Amino acid sequence: MLLEVKNLKVRVEDKEILKGINLTVKSGEVHAIMGPNGSGKSTFARALSGHPGYEITDGQVLYNGQDLLDMDPDERAREGVFMAFQYPVEIPGVNNAYFLKAALNAKRKQQGLDELDAMDFMKLVKEKLKLLHVDDSLLQRSVNEGFSGGEKKRNEIFHMAVLEPTLALLDETDSGLDIDALRVVSEGVNAMRSPERAFIVVTHYQRLLNYIVPDHVHVLSDGKIVRSGGRELALELEEKGYAGQTAAGARK
Amino acid sequence: METMVSSPAWVKERREAAAKRFAEVGFPTTRQEDWRFTNIAPIAESKFAPAQGSFAQAASLIESVQVPGAVRLAIVNGQFAAGVSDLSTLPKGLRIAGLRDGARDGTDGLEQHLGKVFNIEAHPFAALNTSLLDDGVAIFVTAGCVIETPIHIVVVTGADGKAVQAHPRVLVVAGANSEVKVAQTFIGTPGAEYFNNAVAEVVVGEGAHVTLYTDQRESERAFHLANIQAHVSARGVFESHAFSTGARIQRHDIGIALKGEGADCTMNGVYLADGERLLDTHTSLDHAMPHCTSHEVYKGILAGKAKAVFNGRIIVRLDAQKTDAKQTNRALLLSDDATINSNPQLEIFADDVKCTHGAAVGQLDEEAMFYLQARGLNRVEARDMLLHAFAGEVMEGLKIPALREQIESNFFTALARDVASRPLL
Repeated sequence: MLLEVKNLKVRVEDKEILKGINLTVKSGEVHAIMGPNGSGKSTFARALSGHPGYEITDGQVLYNGQDLLDMDPDERAREGVFMAFQYPVEIPGVNNAYFLKAALNAKRKQQGLDELDAMDFMKLVKEKLKLLHVDDSLLQRSVNEGFSGGEKKRNEIFHMAVLEPTLALLDETDSGLDIDALRVVSEGVNAMRSPERAFIVVTHYQRLLNYIVPDHVHVLSDGKIVRSGGRELALELEEKGYAGQTAAGARK
Repeated sequence: METMVSSPAWVKERREAAAKRFAEVGFPTTRQEDWRFTNIAPIAESKFAPAQGSFAQAASLIESVQVPGAVRLAIVNGQFAAGVSDLSTLPKGLRIAGLRDGARDGTDGLEQHLGKVFNIEAHPFAALNTSLLDDGVAIFVTAGCVIETPIHIVVVTGADGKAVQAHPRVLVVAGANSEVKVAQTFIGTPGAEYFNNAVAEVVVGEGAHVTLYTDQRESERAFHLANIQAHVSARGVFESHAFSTGARIQRHDIGIALKGEGADCTMNGVYLADGERLLDTHTSLDHAMPHCTSHEVYKGILAGKAKAVFNGRIIVRLDAQKTDAKQTNRALLLSDDATINSNPQLEIFADDVKCTHGAAVGQLDEEAMFYLQARGLNRVEARDMLLHAFAGEVMEGLKIPALREQIESNFFTALARDVASRPLL
C-alpha cells in the first residue's frame, strides 16, 4: 500500500476543516477528490504535503509504511511526495532552472544517487520540456514571477515531471486554465502515469477528469468523504451537482 | 615624526586645518542627529595606538582576498605597502602613486585633488583622517583611456597583539571620458580589536565612468569607519557598490555630488549583520545640476541581536530640474531581536523632478519558504536561496567575475556563521 490515511482530522487556525478522512491509495492508481468549495479538498492536499498552517489534531497517515505526518515538508518531498500548488508562489530572483536542479539533487542525494551536473540536468530538462510542450523560456525566468496562470500550472507539471514523484498531489491544477492549457497539463500527467506512481487529483470540476481518467472518485463534503466510486461518479456529479451529496446529518 | 617633516607645505596645511576642525567638534555623540543610533563612545574611550608598519599576518590576509588579473595595491595599517603590491604591469593611461611618495615627488594632480572632494566641516572622522594624513594610494586615469584591468586595493589592518588605529586614504581621479573599476577590500586580523578610519575621494571627469566596489569584511571586533565622497562632472557616471559582513561597529558615509548636467550614479549596497554587530550606512546624494539620474538600492539582512541604521539623504537643488532619483531600502529581519532604523530623507527644492523612495522591513516570506521546501530543499537551503535572491539585485552590480565570486562566497560563509551560532527559526 502506498498511502493509508486513517481518520485524519485537520484544523486551520481555530476551525476544524477535515473531520476524519479515510483513504487508501495503491501505486499506479489515480484518485480524484471532488467536492464543493469549502469542503476541505485543498486542505487535504496541503496537509499531506506538510504545510505548517495545517494542524493535525487526530489520525494517521502512512506512506510506504512510514509515518508521513512525522516528516518535515522537505523530507516528504525527497521521499517522493509532490504537490502541484493551486497557487504557485512567485519567487523573484530565484532562477527556475537553478531551483529545480537544487531540488532534484536534494532528492537524488537522499536516494544515494550522484548529483547531476549542469549538463546532465539540462539534457533531462530538455526531454521533459518536449514531453510537456513547455516553452524553454520558463527555465531562465525567476520562479513563477510574472508567469500567466497557465504558465504557472505548466511549470508545476514540469517540476513534477523532472522530480518524478511516487505520489503526486494535484491541488486544483485545472483552476484558471483554458481548454488548451488543460489539455497540455493533462497530457503531461497522463504521460507520467505508471504502475510505480499514484496521483491524487483534487478538483472542483469534472472537466479535468475527461482528460485525466481516474480509477477512483471520492466526494468530500464538510470535511468527510461522503461517497466513493468509479469514474461514473464524477459524471453523475457533473449532471446533478454537489447538492444532496452530503452524508446524512453532516450538513449544518 | 620623520614622515611629517618631509611632507610638502600643502599637506601640512591641510592636516593642520583638519586637526583644528576635529579639535573643535571632537568625537560625535548620540545627541547629534547624524549619530543618533550609533554610539561610537567605545572608539573615543579606547586607547588605540597609532599603527606602526606591518604585522606578521598581513601578507597572508592580502593573499586570502587576491583577485586574479587585477592590479593589486595594498595598504597595511594605513601605509601604502609597495612591497606587497603588484605594479609590474600597469596598463597604458593608468598612474598609481603612494600618497607619501607622491606628495614628496610632486605627483601631478595630487595637490589639486587630495582633500578637496571633502567637506571636513561635515565629517568629523574624515577630518580626523586628514589631520593624520600620511600615506595611502592615488590612482589617476588619463583622459580618454578605458582601463580594462580592475584595480584592487586591499586595506589590511591589525597588529601583533595590540589594538591599533589606522587612517587609510585613497584618491581616484578619472580624466574626461575615461573608464576604470576600483575595488577596496577591508580586512584585518580575525578577532583583533582595531579602529580603521578610511577615506576615499573620487573625482569623475566629464563623460568618465568610475565604478567603486567596497567589501567590508573586517575583524568581528573592529571599529570600521569609511567615508567615500565622489564628485561627478557632466555626463559622468559613478557607481558605488558596498558589501558588508564584518566589524563590530561599521559606519559608512557615502556622498555623491552630481555637479554637471547629465551625470548619473548608482549607489548600491548589501549588508549582513549578525551577532551583536551594528552596521550603519549614511548615504547622501546631491543633485546640484539638471538632467541627472541616480539609482540607489540598499538591502540588509539582520540576524541575532544585530542593529542596522540606514539613512538615505537626497538633495535636489533649485537648479536641478529634470532630476530622476530613485531610492530603495529593504531589510529582512531573521530574528526577533534584530532591529533597523531606516530613514529616507528627501530635500527637494526644484519643481520639475521625479524622486521616489521606498523602504520596507520584513521577514522571510513563509509561503515562499514552504514552496521551496515542498520541492525538497531543507530549511537552511531554502532560506539561503531566498537570501541569495534578496541580495542578488545588488550582487549583479559586481562586474568583475573573480571579485563577485569572492564576495558572494564570503557572504554565504557569513550566513552560515549565523546559522551555526543559533538554531534556525
